[in-house]
Amino acid sequence: MKAVVAENLVKTYGKKKDLTEALKEVSFEVDKGELFGIIGPDGAGKTSLFRILTTLLLADKGSATVDGFDVVKGYKSIRKRVGYMPGRFSLYQDLTVAENLEFFATIFETSIEENYDLIKDIYSQIEPFKDRKAGKLSGGMKQKLALSCALIHRPSVLFLDEPTTGVDAVSRKEFWDMLKNLKKQGITILVSTPYMDEAELCDKVALIQTGKILSIDTPAGIVDQFGKQLLAVRSDKMFALLKDLKHFEGTEDIYAFGEYHHLVLKDAFGENTIKDFIQSKGHQKVEVVTVKPAIEDCFISLMKAS
Amino acid sequence: MIITENLTKRFGHFTAVDAISFQVKKGEIFGFLGANGAGKTTAMRMLCGLSLPTSGKASVAGFDVFKQTEDIKRNIGYMSQKFSLYEDLTVIENMRFYGGIYGKSDAFIREKTAYVLKELQLENEAKKLVKSLPLGWKQKLAFSVAIFHEPSIVFLDEPTGGVDPVTRREFWNLIYQAAEQGITIFVTTHYMDEAEYCNRVSIMVDGKIEALDSPTGLKQSFAAKSMDEVFLKLARKATRTAN
Repeated sequence: MKAVVAENLVKTYGKKKDLTEALKEVSFEVDKGELFGIIGPDGAGKTSLFRILTTLLLADKGSATVDGFDVVKGYKSIRKRVGYMPGRFSLYQDLTVAENLEFFATIFETSIEENYDLIKDIYSQIEPFKDRKAGKLSGGMKQKLALSCALIHRPSVLFLDEPTTGVDAVSRKEFWDMLKNLKKQGITILVSTPYMDEAELCDKVALIQTGKILSIDTPAGIVDQFGKQLLAVRSDKMFALLKDLKHFEGTEDIYAFGEYHHLVLKDAFGENTIKDFIQSKGHQKVEVVTVKPAIEDCFISLMKAS
Repeated sequence: MIITENLTKRFGHFTAVDAISFQVKKGEIFGFLGANGAGKTTAMRMLCGLSLPTSGKASVAGFDVFKQTEDIKRNIGYMSQKFSLYEDLTVIENMRFYGGIYGKSDAFIREKTAYVLKELQLENEAKKLVKSLPLGWKQKLAFSVAIFHEPSIVFLDEPTGGVDPVTRREFWNLIYQAAEQGITIFVTTHYMDEAEYCNRVSIMVDGKIEALDSPTGLKQSFAAKSMDEVFLKLARKATRTAN
């Protein structure tokens, strides 16, 4: 049995004139124990999707199951067995750290002691502050408390909606390390993120944009589908280089990518022709190398194709 | 364009910004990085004339951050991810509003509005409410509105958070264009690839500026392959967390 199945989910908001199609026939499956990433920018439909799967929102069309239960008919069973960490901090600010955790344990008819082993690695980091009000915690500590509360009833499927948005690079790494450890405990994890580089940390990813899934595969599989030669290019005048390469006849696409520009090469053009072109435009210190596409390259290519 | 010398801000016993000294040149794209809680926002608020420093010296666009905060506000632009435009006003109304706030003439506003609409290819959306625009368009429009009054420097606080990868690049093209026109750019971001697009980058750790150089220079001195690695090496040393 699959942990999550979504079939042709459709969700729209508003009426005729300003109708927003948040989800346009979204379908995917998540295996048990999988770390599944939903990767896409703001407005892609990530939160609507999570709210439907956690039974907090009804889809207009389509169906979905979580742990074998239908999200409409079996909502009570689903609520008992999923953990959900919304994008916005939603614990009780006026309760202390310990009281929040106690509260969620009690609601799910369990106790902190019973499942302490599951949250130990995460909760022990904030336990020294257990008498502090949740509202007075730092961003990173709030996140750890929210994750502890979402886990205290030992859910079989964990939904994390943009847990790393607005979080700095160091804390993001720490958070993903925590997820890897949770995965070892057999929990299925669905995590959404706008950061393309996090895709590589998932078992499988769905790339999503304006309510439509662009591609679903393992990170390596998505990269394999890129199917074009990709060059990393640089020179002493990067902005001028970007503008110049728009006019190169072998350019299928050109865009900035960190310290290099990435150029998607049309078939039948080679590395040498481009070097000559760049030098003819008066650039110095020219570097051209073939590189493996990153998930972000794939996302850009899929976005432009759709 | 910006000069700071031992600029410091204390809240009670807590030193949020600890004697930072740096300079930003005219037309430069300056990346201001740091982990959450490192003191970036506090530093930026002082530079925008919104918060009085405890000690040290600083000037922005030639104006003193202690005595000439109103002049600073008139001469800078500001945009953040969280707040940028009025959602219930149309595209044109937002531009007229900001132009008016900065005391620009009707003729200037008219001309500039036409220019921005053309540049962003928003002519057909001119009379639409901003809330009906996709996020990416909003962010590009917000940037154009932030430099609508032609400030000498613009502060951008995480301008591309959550934006799709194509729009994120279009946004940076706008930044480059503005820099070419001589507008100085002061920008914070959590995307390390964007740090590479800056002429120089500073990295704050626990209230201090721990490193300041070009991206190439930083990678050399930290023996790192990417800016991501430089950032991790520095930010891991942090002892305090965000609030």
